[in-house]
Amino acid sequence: MIELQTVSKRYGFKHALNGVTLALPKGKIIGLVGENGSGKTTVLKLMAGLLSPNAGVVALDGKTITRRVAAKIAYMPDTDLFYPYFTVGQLFEFYDSQFEDFQLKKAKEIADFLKVSLDVKISTLSKGNRGRVKIAVTLGREVDYYLLDEPFSGLDPMVREDISKGLIRFTDTERQTVLMSTHEIKEVEPLLDELIVLKEGRILAHKEIDEIRDVYGMDATSWLVSLFRA
Amino acid sequence: MSMKFLPDKPIYQQLIDHIIGDIIRGALAAGEKLPSVREYAVAVGVNANTMQRVYKELEQMEITETRRGQGSFVTENKERIEELREEMKEQLVQSFIQNVEALGFTTNEMVNYLSKRGGNDD
Repeated sequence: MIELQTVSKRYGFKHALNGVTLALPKGKIIGLVGENGSGKTTVLKLMAGLLSPNAGVVALDGKTITRRVAAKIAYMPDTDLFYPYFTVGQLFEFYDSQFEDFQLKKAKEIADFLKVSLDVKISTLSKGNRGRVKIAVTLGREVDYYLLDEPFSGLDPMVREDISKGLIRFTDTERQTVLMSTHEIKEVEPLLDELIVLKEGRILAHKEIDEIRDVYGMDATSWLVSLFRA
Repeated sequence: MSMKFLPDKPIYQQLIDHIIGDIIRGALAAGEKLPSVREYAVAVGVNANTMQRVYKELEQMEITETRRGQGSFVTENKERIEELREEMKEQLVQSFIQNVEALGFTTNEMVNYLSKRGGNDD
């Protein structure tokens, strides 16, 4: 389990997170939503060990997260892939050389599922195909946690659908947990077990999707709107 | 294509209704094997946990049965399927009556109209 205990994070004088306490249960797909600047990327980077908090504790199974502990966590940034001069196949081999948990066979299966050719150079790929390759190298790692920063952002509906299906097909919710930040809540909702809502560096809500629909009788989008208007 | 879901009902519930609908329509026959949880989840675009719950509840409702190592199958119990048809009929009629009454019609008025109008299949 990944936990944040009263975590605060500042960039200079700017407070990105303010006393956030949060636990990610195992085996769930969890959405992280909130306006731009609400702290989504900061939460993901803290969990990935790419940032350290100014106060509080970020822990994986009770151990404070460092870069070393974070080896069990695959983080997908919202930035583009490096290595434009690699082919997709070469990129997979590079990942294979860098990450012990990388499964070349699985990455190739994902590329095949998403209909991306291994022989094409990254620099010549469309934005949609770069999005597909990003998810393939991320899910190609066999880890307990996948942290995805805006996996659907700026991609057309077909690519978003492919990536959704790739996520369902190639993660195992019996043992793996996915946390993804997103603005496309309407589309992503069927993928999610839970929703975490951030506002101005604080947790506004953390709920199960079924509960939202059952108790409030509305989908996550309408519920979010009502939450922000309250 | 992924399935579209209504906003006011849990997704697993809508998937259960969808599968029951397939059974009643005969699109899924008695004794037919269902796709694996993962295959079905990918096909309709939902989380595997949600699909797992759907299969579990269908089994508890004795609509499907799980055979060890083989997967889930639609029940061969014709009486259970007949029961489902009756339950579905009742549900449809209830929601019909609700809609009708919300507009101020009486049920009798609608029944008279329906019997005069006839169905589409005669």
